[in-house]
Amino acid sequence: MQSELYTIPSIDWSLVMPFIVVVITGVIGLLIEMFRPKQNNNAIVLVSLAGLAGAFALLIPQLGVTTTTTFAGMVLRDQFGVLLQLIIVAGAFLSLIFSEPYMKQRRIAHGEFYPMALWATSGAMLMVSSDNLLMIFVGLEVLSIALYCLAGLARDEQRSEEAALKYFLLGAFASAFLLYGIAFVYGITGSTSLAVFMETLARAPGINDLTVLFAITLLLVGFGFKTALVPFHQWTPDVYQGAPTNVTAFMSAVSKVAAFGAFARVLEASLPVQEFWMPALIVITILTMTVGNLAALVQKDVKRALGYSSIAHAGYVMVALLAYLQDPAKGSLGTVITYLAIYTFMTIGSFAVLSLTAVNKSEGTRYQDLYGLWNRAPLAAGCLVLFMVSLVGVPPTAGFLGKFQIFQDAMGAGLPLLAIALAINSFVSAYYYLQIVRAVFVDEEGALRVQSAPMNAGLRFALVICAVGVMPILFAPILSQGKQTVTLSKMIESGAFLQRPVASVPLNPEPGEKVEQITPSAPLSTVTGN
Amino acid sequence: MLEVLPIASITRDVPITWFLGLGLAMFILGGIGVVTRRNPVIVFMCIELMLNAVNLTFLTFAAYGGSGINATPGGMAQAMNGQMMVIFVMAVAAAEVAVGLGIIMAIFRQKNDVDLDDMSTLRN
Repeated sequence: MQSELYTIPSIDWSLVMPFIVVVITGVIGLLIEMFRPKQNNNAIVLVSLAGLAGAFALLIPQLGVTTTTTFAGMVLRDQFGVLLQLIIVAGAFLSLIFSEPYMKQRRIAHGEFYPMALWATSGAMLMVSSDNLLMIFVGLEVLSIALYCLAGLARDEQRSEEAALKYFLLGAFASAFLLYGIAFVYGITGSTSLAVFMETLARAPGINDLTVLFAITLLLVGFGFKTALVPFHQWTPDVYQGAPTNVTAFMSAVSKVAAFGAFARVLEASLPVQEFWMPALIVITILTMTVGNLAALVQKDVKRALGYSSIAHAGYVMVALLAYLQDPAKGSLGTVITYLAIYTFMTIGSFAVLSLTAVNKSEGTRYQDLYGLWNRAPLAAGCLVLFMVSLVGVPPTAGFLGKFQIFQDAMGAGLPLLAIALAINSFVSAYYYLQIVRAVFVDEEGALRVQSAPMNAGLRFALVICAVGVMPILFAPILSQGKQTVTLSKMIESGAFLQRPVASVPLNPEPGEKVEQITPSAPLSTVTGN
Repeated sequence: MLEVLPIASITRDVPITWFLGLGLAMFILGGIGVVTRRNPVIVFMCIELMLNAVNLTFLTFAAYGGSGINATPGGMAQAMNGQMMVIFVMAVAAAEVAVGLGIIMAIFRQKNDVDLDDMSTLRN
């Protein structure tokens, strides 16, 4: 036993290479800032974008690879994680590429933005590529601490600092809940591994009911904060409104994808005690969709309205996730991933357009500040209309395909209540999205006084990519060939998402007690199914 | 290895619930403080108290070998899982202190006041 403990496991560096590339790029960016202070950030921007592109390129070949772990089971590579990492890297790339002109307009072009954003990205990537709660926690904190700083990037502006402080206090508060939950998971299983947690729950259902309930409740509260589910959503509109727009774009995509990735793994591991949390989560999901959309209706600030919209969309993703957890045969994680990808394009695109409203240090993001945008910047205005239509879920867009898929999953998995709530909410949400569309086309006298920044290459690039991203063409095969042929789900199915080796987990059974180990190749869901 | 005397005698003579209860009490007190206090520095101190409650809980489970079905008192790998976690929590808390105090300083420079009730520029 002793010698086993101290043998250094062999490490497969290819699993962590994308992650390392992103971190090192951040360090290089910081060094550049150090050696050429007070100059333009072009070099840092180029290096950062190159680093992200490199990480993306390193991730692509990993798509088909079988599930493996390394670093003594701390880092896990599976289809789910790789796909989410791809979305995260793409989201970071898109929100970085339009940042420099925007920050220059707002006079907050601090070079340290890029390293911080890269490290936040690395935290997010780490978060979705481990099934060990320790690593999930470390990734979450790397992501969050960097984001606290980024939210307060506009140091001279009260609202930016206020957003940073609120985000920081509530984020740290939520982390404490999450950690307390992890502490009890550790108390129950003697390990922080989710695979061991699931196996323990499956092996002895009904054991330690209260402790398990307590642990799972705390984990739910912690992740509820991070994913902005309804009773824990209050920070979202404030932070989205107060943070610089490029940071908001980054946050709305990267941090959400990462939080959902980790949340999905935690919920999946808790499946054996499904009856504890499923009803509560169904109620929370309905509340999340409804409250998010209703609150968005009365907003006067576009960024704030989009903040509430992101809460509602978190609810939609939860519907897909719950459908999968309720019935893995009917629902699928592919739907979750597809919707997160589509949402990333829609939300980053919207905030990218909003970044145009920053002119000469001042920035207005109220509906009036978008008036006449169609005349000043037709490309941006057109794209904004496209993103709004997609956020509503109007048929020809990818937003519709994503929602339709979620609706089908929920109906198939026997959660019609969620499906109906989703449909009703989509109709309600149309009102405020179309208000934004209307503002773009308002052409009255007030519109003449509104200014917007000139179009720039980076923004144009981001907008074109996002606009392509919400084109249904990418996702068209999904519907034409029926539900089972969802490209992403197919990849996950063939890659066997749940095949996690748990060999490296130090279980210490009582001497003489026979412990049934799950074989490394058997999907954990088979343990759950019965 | 882990049979260092003091811990062994403590885990023998003191029930695990005492430590867990102390942790819970600290956690709840911290939570109450976060909700009721209006000075961000004190709120942050309360969050630190909650994190320390978490650390205490981890160490308790590590020393007592958990409360669950896998519990084997003194299991070294298990104990190290928890103790390792505590190190990470402390490191992360330190990083949070740096960032948090920085943000509070930035706000103080702007308006010579850090009362949370006065922070209402972000609204509809």
